[in-house]
Amino acid sequence: MARKLDDLLERLGDATDLSALDSAVFDLRDRYDVEHLVYHSVKSSGDQWAALTYPQPWVDAYVENNFQTIDPVVLSCFRGFTPVDWKRLDWSSRPARALFGEGIANGLGNQGFSLPIRGPSGQFALFTVNHRSGDDTWGKFTRGYMHDLLLAAHFVNERALALDGEGHAPHQALSPRETDALTLLAAGKSRAQAAERLKISEHTLRVYIESARFKLGALNTTHAVANALSRGLICL
Amino acid sequence: MIRYLYASDLDRNGALAAGMFRDRTAQFRDRMGWDVDVDALGWETDAYDRLDPLYVIAEDHRGRHAGSLRFLPTTGDTMLGDVFPHLTGGGPIRSPLIWECTRFCLSPTADAGVARRLLLAASEVGLAMGLRHSVAVFDAPMVRVYRRLGWQPDILGTDAGISAGLWTFSDAVHDGLCDRAGISPQQSRAWLEADLGHLPLAVGA
Repeated sequence: MARKLDDLLERLGDATDLSALDSAVFDLRDRYDVEHLVYHSVKSSGDQWAALTYPQPWVDAYVENNFQTIDPVVLSCFRGFTPVDWKRLDWSSRPARALFGEGIANGLGNQGFSLPIRGPSGQFALFTVNHRSGDDTWGKFTRGYMHDLLLAAHFVNERALALDGEGHAPHQALSPRETDALTLLAAGKSRAQAAERLKISEHTLRVYIESARFKLGALNTTHAVANALSRGLICL
Repeated sequence: MIRYLYASDLDRNGALAAGMFRDRTAQFRDRMGWDVDVDALGWETDAYDRLDPLYVIAEDHRGRHAGSLRFLPTTGDTMLGDVFPHLTGGGPIRSPLIWECTRFCLSPTADAGVARRLLLAASEVGLAMGLRHSVAVFDAPMVRVYRRLGWQPDILGTDAGISAGLWTFSDAVHDGLCDRAGISPQQSRAWLEADLGHLPLAVGA
């Protein structure tokens, strides 16, 4: 699974326009073998953008009926940033129960997990996994893949911001320290050697590597180093 | 008891919120002399309070504010990234696995246990949310206080008496903080889950 996800994210990393995010969301849905995936971004300007696998009739009905005003997922997730299992939400009101029933009738699964994302300049997004399964299977799935999905969700958001930002994304620029850390790893130094050389603790080195990994849209350190080399951000 | 409340939850916890923002005035403006904004109600707030942050609030035995701190994910806007990037390697640190902690505040009447409970609660947030690290900016001499409290940060950078520090989440640190605070790991987790629910995000360090 990890290797396939790697390939998929690499393809998304190479994408040059927002339509690639649509196919990435479908690809991710297939890789994880779940019913649906939704990525929905809202900028501080109010501009919205979404890539999702929901059937079009359901999207149309949702928009037409302003379901976002009664949807417990939206009401819960567009505030705070705690990931939310749909089971934990309050579906007891009549409109919420009707919404859930309509969703199922339109091909949605009964389980869901939504990850709120905070981006720069007040941007926020919601990344939702929807599936049809019993509670046990769903519990195993969320425990097994939540960490993976968290990284994938943020990666999709970073790519969306970069592709939407006319080519420059200052929040994705590597800091001098992050560049130093990746350069030493690329030169074959161990973490201990790199930390020693930069006169910082290994915990601190790990943070610079992790931040660089995130900004570069890499799944792991090896991928981050390769990515920085190929983009000419570090040189040997 | 420890509360875990987003800014959007504070309406329903008005007295606790008022206590927190007034105690922040007492600490940051009156005791530390920082140039902070205080409104007509005597509340100290800044731009990051408007980003719906997660507040960790220690209550005293009567349910009043005894101490608090504030978390924001580093993927979004943070104080370190906006104001102190020179302390963190020349640019903002950003990762979904790293959150920024700011406005560590103790009420003027807080006893020594409150700071220990707050550090434990911060650790609880990290483990429950599957985070690896927290970063924070603080007055440089505070590092000795954190050491005494049992959770010392790595210093990322210091300039003009202000340091940026890095805390690493781990089960071992958490157990130590539980011992020092005299709170069981089960009790600590139960308080978090009472406000935020159960989160299947915990990952191995």
